Amino acid sequence: MTAIADKPSSQQPSRGRFSRPTATTGWASWLTTTDHKKIGILYFFATFFFFLVGGLEALVIRSQLAGPAGSLVTSNQYSQIFTMHGLTMIFFVVMPMGTGVFGNYLMPIMIGARDVAFPRLNALSFWVFVAGGVFLYSSALLGGTPDGSWVNYASLQGVGPDPENLSLLGDAIHSRRMLFYSLGLQIAGIASLATAVNFVVTILNMRAPGMTLMRMPVFVWMTLVTAFLLLFAMPVIGVALWMVMFDVGYAANFFRPEGGGDPVLWQHLFWLFGHPEVYIMVLPAFGIVSEVLPVFSRKPLFGYAAVVFSGIAIGFIGWGVWAHHMFTTGLGPIANAAFGITSMIIAVPTGIKIFNWIGTLWGGHLKFHTPMLFAIGLVSMFTIGGLSGVTHAVVPANAQQHDTYYVVAHFHYVLFGGAIFGLFAGVYYWFPKATGRLLRESLGKIHFWMMLIGFNLTFGPQHILGLNGMPRRIYTYESGMGWDLWNLVSTIGAFVIALSILVFLINLVISIRAGAVASDDPWDARTLEWTVPSPPPQHNFDVVPTVTARDELWHRKYAGKEADIPKRVPSGASADHADAGAADARATAGAQVPAGIHLPDPSYWPLVLSVGLPIAGWGVIFGQPVVIGLGLVWTLVSMLAWALEPSVEESH
Amino acid sequence: MAADTTDAVTDDPAHPPTSFGVSNEKMGMWAFIGSECLFFGTLIATYLIYLGRTGDGPTPGEIFDIPFTSVSTFILLMSSLGMVLALSAIQDGDMRRFRTWTLATALMGAVFLSGQIYEFTVFVAEGMTLQASPFSSAFFVLTGFHGVHVFVGVLMLGATWAASFGGRLTPRHSAAVENVGLYWHFVDIVWIVLFTAIYLIPAE
Amino acid sequence: MRARRPRWSSVAKVALITGFALLLAACGTSDLPQDALTPAGPTARAQDDLWKLVFPIAVVVFVLVQGLIIFAVIRFRAKGDEVDLPKQVAGNTRLEIAWTIVPALLLLYIAFPTVATIFEQAAEPDEAERVDVTVVGKQYWWEFVYPQSGVVTANEMVIPTGTPVYVQLDGIATYELDDGAEDQASNLVMHSFWVPKLAGKVDFVPGHDDRYVTLEADEPGRYAGQCAEFCGLSHANMKFDVVAVEPAEYDDWIAAQSEEAGQPEDEQLRLGYDLFGANCVACHAVDGHEASVGVRTGPNLTHFASRETFAGGIFENADTEQLKAWIANPQREKPGAQMIPFGSLADEELDALAAYLQSLD
Repeated sequence: MTAIADKPSSQQPSRGRFSRPTATTGWASWLTTTDHKKIGILYFFATFFFFLVGGLEALVIRSQLAGPAGSLVTSNQYSQIFTMHGLTMIFFVVMPMGTGVFGNYLMPIMIGARDVAFPRLNALSFWVFVAGGVFLYSSALLGGTPDGSWVNYASLQGVGPDPENLSLLGDAIHSRRMLFYSLGLQIAGIASLATAVNFVVTILNMRAPGMTLMRMPVFVWMTLVTAFLLLFAMPVIGVALWMVMFDVGYAANFFRPEGGGDPVLWQHLFWLFGHPEVYIMVLPAFGIVSEVLPVFSRKPLFGYAAVVFSGIAIGFIGWGVWAHHMFTTGLGPIANAAFGITSMIIAVPTGIKIFNWIGTLWGGHLKFHTPMLFAIGLVSMFTIGGLSGVTHAVVPANAQQHDTYYVVAHFHYVLFGGAIFGLFAGVYYWFPKATGRLLRESLGKIHFWMMLIGFNLTFGPQHILGLNGMPRRIYTYESGMGWDLWNLVSTIGAFVIALSILVFLINLVISIRAGAVASDDPWDARTLEWTVPSPPPQHNFDVVPTVTARDELWHRKYAGKEADIPKRVPSGASADHADAGAADARATAGAQVPAGIHLPDPSYWPLVLSVGLPIAGWGVIFGQPVVIGLGLVWTLVSMLAWALEPSVEESH
Repeated sequence: MAADTTDAVTDDPAHPPTSFGVSNEKMGMWAFIGSECLFFGTLIATYLIYLGRTGDGPTPGEIFDIPFTSVSTFILLMSSLGMVLALSAIQDGDMRRFRTWTLATALMGAVFLSGQIYEFTVFVAEGMTLQASPFSSAFFVLTGFHGVHVFVGVLMLGATWAASFGGRLTPRHSAAVENVGLYWHFVDIVWIVLFTAIYLIPAE
Repeated sequence: MRARRPRWSSVAKVALITGFALLLAACGTSDLPQDALTPAGPTARAQDDLWKLVFPIAVVVFVLVQGLIIFAVIRFRAKGDEVDLPKQVAGNTRLEIAWTIVPALLLLYIAFPTVATIFEQAAEPDEAERVDVTVVGKQYWWEFVYPQSGVVTANEMVIPTGTPVYVQLDGIATYELDDGAEDQASNLVMHSFWVPKLAGKVDFVPGHDDRYVTLEADEPGRYAGQCAEFCGLSHANMKFDVVAVEPAEYDDWIAAQSEEAGQPEDEQLRLGYDLFGANCVACHAVDGHEASVGVRTGPNLTHFASRETFAGGIFENADTEQLKAWIANPQREKPGAQMIPFGSLADEELDALAAYLQSLD
């Protein structure tokens, strides 16, 4: 559908019944923008907002568990909060930060493109993502948020943990919470799928002349692998979520044992998606680190091909390890042995990445700016998560570790120590590109060290808690189990992290208004995004660059063979040096796009269309066919309007 | 697919040449179809797992009317031929023939859908509801989602047909029709797999 | 530049000391009730042996990687006076091969004992020498059925020491009521059965009855267990104990548990008996009670007082006030509890009921 929709008749703009928005500045322009950079910035603020919400939920969790018999929240509230913490951080923070924020803002510039392949679809991804978040959180006002944990195992889906589940009313409330889970993630999944199609096509098809696949920055490679993972993983969870909807809302029998369904099938489908999802979250961060480390080591990435191919290998093997989340489910010794071995195998490409990053540091002239600190933080902290992951692959030992705080510690070392540290490296690294101003180094370093300490205080002791027998997802524990001390330490750590985020927020606010003005290339970097002004003009490049090497910008700046010690080329000496063009572009930035450059027009319809989906969702939840119909018709009409929307490119 | 890259994307100033020579739209459609393979793959796997779990509900052997479904399957397969002819017509610049075959394809799709609705009605009347058993749940959701795909295809064909009157769709836009065709053929191929898995694999 | 080095090494020193302190703290914890690192039976010990194999390897790799990072950070930091760029190295094939193969070999070294233990632990113990226990998970307590003797109990699983106990997690268990009707034993929610000192987890999966774990305790004692799969509001309150006793004592226990409860003579107990018959038998069984029909919705209370805890192992049976509070309003004492509240009973009725229950040994 989108394929024809994105091909409006270009020669007859006046024909359509619908006019297009034209504003490129002011608040309205943000609602209708199809510019990948603006969408990336929108994604940043949306995901950062969700990050704060998820973080507050984490603080409630840690406060409740600070000591034995905590009484801050009830079990009912705790179930909702830890479920929403997981859903928020995974689906509305880490996942969209990697692809939505950094993928959107940087990937097109890095490959020398002026935008993504389907700009309106890109805007749709963002608005549908927001609609999914609003929809999911609307449950808080409509009977309670989902409360079955982020994995939401059957058959609890059907029976429910409500206090009132002795009555019909309690049952209805429980069903509603499960439907919010199913439909909220379904809506967010649509956004991810659209992003995946868009990014696959953009990366494969819209590279600048000379930007061969093996010249692409590693971040682009990792975004490509992530997009493929999304492309193939989202339909699996999509189907499973539909089944939950039919089970809970319409008494179908997919996962309900009382009807003959098999709860284990849900686990298979969930983890068949869920394990690739882990790499969807962490690979973009790996890509970011692979950009940051060479720049601040002043050396090329060690083993580019190895880093790329290990990323691809992780993407492939990631499909063959899902049952390692189910070692205690009782799949039998053969399945357990097979999945134990594949789970060990996947440690190999991961290790290759770590060693290549260290190889990049080796022999360099390391400059410890904040992005570099976070990048090294990732290499260091992710190693811990990777190693505890190997201990999980030892199936019999896993029977002790599974569903304890040891696992909680493990995946926080992967997703916080890995993904979040990498994402913050990216924020500090590319902030000057997006805003034209640098974040303050002093505050950045305080942020890093507080976060590193807080993070290890929070999650380090959880390894011990898990091995000492503390299960996950418990709202209370009694003293005498030996868990009191480490829980307290963990809670203190969580508040240290919170303080570090506060420092970051202050830094953000100060630096956006009054940060040091950044040049086009403040870090002496290597890739194409640093050839354009900071912030880049709407059309990115006045002249589409011709790429002659991996690390194109570096080669423009420094002459000499790689193995030698290169010398800096005086600015402007190189024939294809971009500074002159960039300076011109800056003079006209924001005002005018040079003639002859086609840019995507703004559009109302992505925003309008995204409203239809939650309406249909609320219709399902409250059993109102009319409302479902209204939402679907709204969506269909928006699609039609989308298809009929004229192009206004002639105005340039 | 690689050989099939003759569309004249390069003469369109709005669309600069692409790295692979395939238009973005077509590559996007292929990516989407790749994703759809996993979508139907998951549904088919679930169906096969639940094939024997009929509980108190009817079994596949009791309920399926294979001759009836074979006819509607034949009609859906024929619609793929109509799609091929419609595309060839617009590539030849023959809009009249294009309209005829597009409409015919859409109508065949609609006939298939009507057959499916009729079949569902009969099944429900005979006691095989969505709720009857894991088998019935898997059957309805699998074939139902395929039906939704056919329905979307019919809408797309209808929109293509309607657009050809206003001059919005001209032989210049044969690539768009080709994309609709890709989708339509995919939906047909999925049905061949479903027909085999559901109706032809003997069930106890 | 020389002045900065000690700072780094002191950081490293602090990190090392802290790390060892954490390790020591984690290891010397044999008195913790649910510590997985101090196994008390062969199953848990085999699992712990693998942990003892893989953990030191992980520590070595960790120290190596962190050491390389810290060394690189100290040694290669820019001093600010560099004129030239560092040597531009883009990779090294031999190194790539080395750090592909060496980890792979290490993993192979771990994989062999892992696979061997998986199959060992999946083996069924000899039928003649084992004790069978069928476990049913409920919201939120555990029911233990001894098929060889017909004993049904809850919250405390008594086993003989030195004997393999073959535990079946029966997710489709049904039972027969006294009038011949069949009923579902569980309410079809997933749980995970876990006694850290004796064995790792195995899930209780509704719809499946082929989940097994073999337990064995070396010494007599109480081994704490807990549900490890989120199962609802009182997942945290779904505890139990495995009580290991000498084999002879175990035989006595089975004999005692097989006996029916008698008719009380005492006036208060008699009132409790009648109240039980009027209010409780819809969900609870007391074998020997004239109104009891053998229902297993709630725990079998025939030998209530022989156990130390009730309500999923979180309250003490001897605590009369707690028992009364529980009967009056279970949901207040334990969120999501499935028992119907009996707040309508008068205080002396609650006293009588509690006294009756506490008399059931």
